[in-house]
Order: sequence, then structure tokens, then C-alpha cells
Amino acid sequence: MGRYVIKRLIQGVITVWFIATATFWAMHQVPGDPLSNEKAVTPEIRANLEARYGLDQPPLTQYGIYLKNLLRGDFGISFTQQNREVNDIIREHFPVSATLGILAILFAASGGVLWGALTALYRNRLPDVIIMFLVILFISVPSFVIAALTQLLLVKTNDVLGFSILPVAGWGTFTHMIAPALVLGLGTMAYLTRLMRSSMLEVVNTDYVRTAKAKGLPAARIFTKHQLRNAVLPVITVLGPAIAAITTGGFVVELIFAIPGLGRYFVEAVQQLDYTVIMGTTVFYGAFLVFMVIVVDLVYGFIDPRVRVS
Amino acid sequence: MAEITLDQDPGARPLGQSAFEPIHTQQQAQGLSRPSLSYWQDAWIRLKANRRAIISLWIVVALLAFTLIGPLLWRIDPAAQDVDQVSQSPFASRDALLVAPLEPWDLRALALAPPVTDLTLAEPATTQSVRLHWAQLPGVTGYRIYRNIFPADPDRALGLPLGEYLTPDRVTFEDRLDLKTQTYYYTVIGVTPQGLDRSRLQSLEVTPVRAITRAEAQRKGLLAEGDDVPLGTTLKLKRHPLGTDYLGRDMLARLMEGARVSLFIGICAPLLFVAFGVLYGAIAGFAGGVTDQIMMRVADFVVALPFLLFMILFKIAFGIGPGESGIMPMLIALVLLSWPATARLVRGQILQIREEGYISAAQLLGARTNYLVLRHMIPNTMGVILVTLTFAVPSAIFTEAFLSFIGMGVAPPTPSWGSMSNEGIKTMLSHPHELIFPALFISVTVLAFNLLGDGLRDALDARMRSRE
Repeated sequence: MGRYVIKRLIQGVITVWFIATATFWAMHQVPGDPLSNEKAVTPEIRANLEARYGLDQPPLTQYGIYLKNLLRGDFGISFTQQNREVNDIIREHFPVSATLGILAILFAASGGVLWGALTALYRNRLPDVIIMFLVILFISVPSFVIAALTQLLLVKTNDVLGFSILPVAGWGTFTHMIAPALVLGLGTMAYLTRLMRSSMLEVVNTDYVRTAKAKGLPAARIFTKHQLRNAVLPVITVLGPAIAAITTGGFVVELIFAIPGLGRYFVEAVQQLDYTVIMGTTVFYGAFLVFMVIVVDLVYGFIDPRVRVS
Repeated sequence: MAEITLDQDPGARPLGQSAFEPIHTQQQAQGLSRPSLSYWQDAWIRLKANRRAIISLWIVVALLAFTLIGPLLWRIDPAAQDVDQVSQSPFASRDALLVAPLEPWDLRALALAPPVTDLTLAEPATTQSVRLHWAQLPGVTGYRIYRNIFPADPDRALGLPLGEYLTPDRVTFEDRLDLKTQTYYYTVIGVTPQGLDRSRLQSLEVTPVRAITRAEAQRKGLLAEGDDVPLGTTLKLKRHPLGTDYLGRDMLARLMEGARVSLFIGICAPLLFVAFGVLYGAIAGFAGGVTDQIMMRVADFVVALPFLLFMILFKIAFGIGPGESGIMPMLIALVLLSWPATARLVRGQILQIREEGYISAAQLLGARTNYLVLRHMIPNTMGVILVTLTFAVPSAIFTEAFLSFIGMGVAPPTPSWGSMSNEGIKTMLSHPHELIFPALFISVTVLAFNLLGDGLRDALDARMRSRE
């Protein structure tokens, strides 16, 4: 187990280094010097940038400076906003995205397990048919459409009721978080429901379930102790990719619901071609996602002893 | 088969020599009752039995027809703007009243007419002009004229201020400001030395009729050159079956044009990266050993890269900022980032098939490598590849839509379903059709390919067969 952890961590570090390098060279491919953009860069920012990135140096030296800064945990400075460091931006906006993401993943995972188990229990009966229809629907509708339609629905219901059940957009209180978190988690929940259903159907026919029944265990106990526990394992394996999906899905949801998260900031930086912010946030996001996948895999190893062997 | 008959049987024949001959063990018992089916024939029969998959297949065919044949049948320029019908819903009226060209308002005629007591229309309201006339209010120094899209409420905002008069005897106003065929509420308020006299406001609800002049109608091809239809006739404007967008462009034509981008990315990218993945995986699986190890490590790295971040990064690296169209870079980036999943799958398949009995049998019979690959390996992985391909289409379409939505995909004026949704979302509350149609097309396409993929997987791949 220890060796496996170390191996995965080394792999993760190499991947992050690769992401950082790819980001650096991609930004260097941008035609023209980012500083000689038609956008006016004030002399202070230019001086800051040149000092930070050594822009007058050959590319390889710049790459060295860039890596050294990254190792110190310095993601760079914005060159569209004076005196704003990418670290500040991340510190300020990432907690918002993380809160939203955690809520969404909680919603997606619990909903996925619940609905998946339910459809398997009611296989080919009405609840199964209805839920699977909704699942297919939510897998096929892009998140921005769901987000927009949810907003439309909220506007209309708030209009009809005369008071606001949930705010349509914005951030601040817990009520602000509910609608975007639901929308963000919906696609992932649909996917997890599908996975849980097929995994549950597989478990139903296993020998240990038959043994448990033969022993005369109550159905509820078989369901929670034998079926649910084993069926949940494949769901945990895809939580890593699910976190990645929810993180990038957050870009759109934050944009539509006007949430001041890092995702929205990233999209805005992309639209304004704020190269340094794009570089910094890409590396940050990349590192975050790579390590989330590793964490999920390790947790999985803890839960399922069969994995530890291989 | 020979029968041993019993004595009590009335029509019994006496046992002859033939009854004691050995039964020939052959024919029917061994023969197949139905012709033998190839793998693909079997898969096709299975697929045909799956109603959802067949419906999806027809939807895919219909979408391809919509994209390829549609523009030949619906010959409207997707970039042409119809300024008379901006943000028209599909069900909106297309009537337009033929009117004379606008002439300055002759106020002397109005002076001869009977005096009015309240705010009235001096002439029927058209989108050309709305001419208002009201009675002079005693004790005012002037008037203010407002236009609103909600009923006037003296305590709240009165809407758009259109004009202010500083004399009490000017009691007419002509509004020609961007009139649409919707209901307006005009309000006239007297100005007194103490300020606005809100207690004596006059309000009028007006719904202008769409107007068109003869010259305009001829230019748009609604009237022939020598056609002398009398003024006041109602003409029908150009038909837009799915309405128009915020610039008055035909939605149907744009959806067809957008389908080209979305389906091009959605089909070409999976074809390319699945082909590359198959090649890569097959080489790795076939070569084995160190080559295989290295090749798979590379694939592992590419898998670990955050997909959408790199899509965005690639686009920037290609020097395509927001506001520039980049279908090719998007295609290349998709291919570069998406191949490893297929490569892994095919490698696993090849490794498995290599150990199968029929491969050893073929080798024993003297089959060469080429023959093995072409006759056994590829046909046996084909099912898995086809299923991967079908499931790759919706994810590619999603990626394109996502990128176009955040402004990193195709840029205006080129439409794609994603960018059309992005434009539609801004006017979602007032003109929902601009969002609903492109979103519907994305959803139906993705749904069709998902269901088709499910059906294909059930039909082609016994191991991956889902439990329904």
C-alpha cells in the first residue's frame, strides 16, 4: 500500500509538471508578446511582469524562472489588473467554487446511489421506467440549458407565488447555493444513477446475497449490509472523474448564476486573454484535479481490499 | 424413420425385410434448421429488435439529412438579416400593412378637426409612426411625453422619456423611435411651475401595426414591380418557420448551418481519434514488452490531463482568441486529447484475443500475421470500436457546445448549436425560442447517439451487454 501511494504521488507530480510545461509552451505559442498586445499595459505592470517572468531572457531561462516560481507556490500576477496576484485570486474565489462543488458532489453521489438502488429494486416497474427516463434526459441535456431553464422556472415561480422561494442568481447565503448546486450535480447524478443501477443488478445475483437470503436475514438487512455496500464500490471509482466534471461544469453554472467563483473568473480571464491568470489557474486546476483523482483512488483502496493486492 | 407397427393396428402392414435394416443415422438430426448467421447479421437482428435504438438510428439519419439536404431545400441565407422581424417567435403574425411613404405631419389639418378631450391617436398607429394628440391642460407650462411597455403608474417610473415641451399649446407628438409590434403605454404629463403634475396624467395604450411601404415591399420581393395593390392591403412578410434571432436571421437556416459545425466536430473528431486510438492500441498490444509499457505510460499521462482546460489552452495556443472562429483547432485539440481511452480499450482487446484458441488454431494452420490481423483481430474488436465511436459522438458534441458557450468555440457570424444557445440565453426571458431550438437540437442529437450506443453495445458486445 505504501509503495502504491508513493508511486501514485510521483505519477501525480510528473503529471502536474507536464501540465505546467504544456501550459508554459502553449502560452509561448501565442502569436506576439503578451505584453505588446493592443491592450495598453501600464508601465508598472510591465515592469512587474518583466521582473517576474524575465521576459527579456531566452525562453529556456524563462521556463526555469516559471518553474521556480511554481515550486514556491507563486502562480503569477495578472496583467490586466494592477497589483493583483493569481494567488490572491485563487484565495478569494476558490473557496466559493469549492463550496459549490462539494454541495454538488454530495447531492450527486447521494442522489445517484439512492436512485440507482431504487431503480434496481423496482426493476422494469414504473419507478424504474420513470427514473431511467429522467436519467437519459439529464445525461443528454447540456448543463447550460438546465441552468438556464432552472433560472427561468425560478423567475416564473417566484413571480406566481409573489415571494422568492429561491434566489435566481447571486451568492451569499445558503439559499443562494441550492439551485446552482442542484443544477451542477444533476448531470453527474444521472450518470451515477445509471452506474449504481447496473452495479446493483449485478450484486443482486451474487452468491453471497443468495447465502444471506438462505440464512434467513431480513430483506432490509441484506439490502443495506450486503447489496448496497458492494454495489457502491464502482460508484466510488468514478468519483474522481466526477469531481473533474463538476469542476469544469462549474465554469458554466457560475457564469449563468453570477457566482463569484474561480470557474467564472477563469472563463472571464480566457475571454479577456489575461494570459498570466489563465496560466496560473490552469496549473492550479490541473494540480487540484490530478490530486483529487489520486485521493479518490487511495480511498477506494481503503474501502475495497481487493484493490490493495493489485 | 422406420416405424415398428403393432399387431392390433388395423392398417398394419406385415413386417418385411426392410423393417430389420439398421437405421441410417444422418440427415435431419444433424442439419441446421436455419441458415448460419454471421456476427454482423446476428448483431443487426438484435439491433432491429431494440425499438429505442432503431428510432434513434432514424433520428440520426434525419439529422444528417437536415444538415446535408436541408440547405438545398431551405435556400435562405443564414447570415441575411430581416430587420422587420427581429426576435420573432415562430407563431408571431407576419402581417404587414401597405402604407404610403412617411410624410411630415400636417398639423394644420389637425387644427380643423374637432377638439379632443383626452390623449388620442391622431392617425392609426403603425410601426412607421405613432401620432399622439391631446387636449390642452389649463395651468401648465409644458408637457412631458413618456413611453413604457408596462401600464403607466403615476407613482412609479413612467418609462422612456420621449420628449419635453416648454409651451402649453403644443399638444401633438410624433413617436418614430424603434417601434415594434408590441403594446406600448404612452403617458403625457403636464409640467407646472411646481414640477410634474402627476395627478393629471393622460395615458393611452397603443399597439402599432407593422407597416411597409411599396418601395420596401418591392425591394424585399413581396410585391412585383408593376403590381398596383391599393394602400391598406395586408401583405405577408417572409416566412421563418422557426422564427428569427436577435439580429433577424432565420433560425431554421442558422440551425442547419450550425448543424454543420456541430455534427462535423461531433462526427469527424470521434472518427479521427478512434482511428488513431485503434492504431496506437493495436501497435502497443501487438508489440508488447517495453514498447507497450512506454506507449501505455504516455497514454496514462494524456488521460490525466484535465480535458477542458487543455482544450481552452490549445485554442489559445493556436492564436485563436475569443471572437475568432476555430473549428480546425478545436478538432485537432479534441483528437489530441481524446484518443487514449480507445487506445487502452483496443490494446486490452488485442491482448485478450491474442490468447484465444481460434488464433492458435489459425496459426497452426499456417496463417500469417497479416491474415490474423485482418481476419480475426480487427473483426473481433470492431464491435467494441463501433460502440466507443457511438458514445464518443455525444461527448464531442457536448465539448463543442460547452466551448462555444463560453465563447471559446466557433465565433460569430459562424453559428453552431452551442454558440446559438449562448446567444439565446441572453434573451431567454423575452424570446425563449432562441434558446430552446438550438438546445433542443443538441439534446435530441446527444440523446439519439446515446440510445443508439446502448443498442449497439447490447447487439455487438456480449461482455458489455447491459442488463435491462
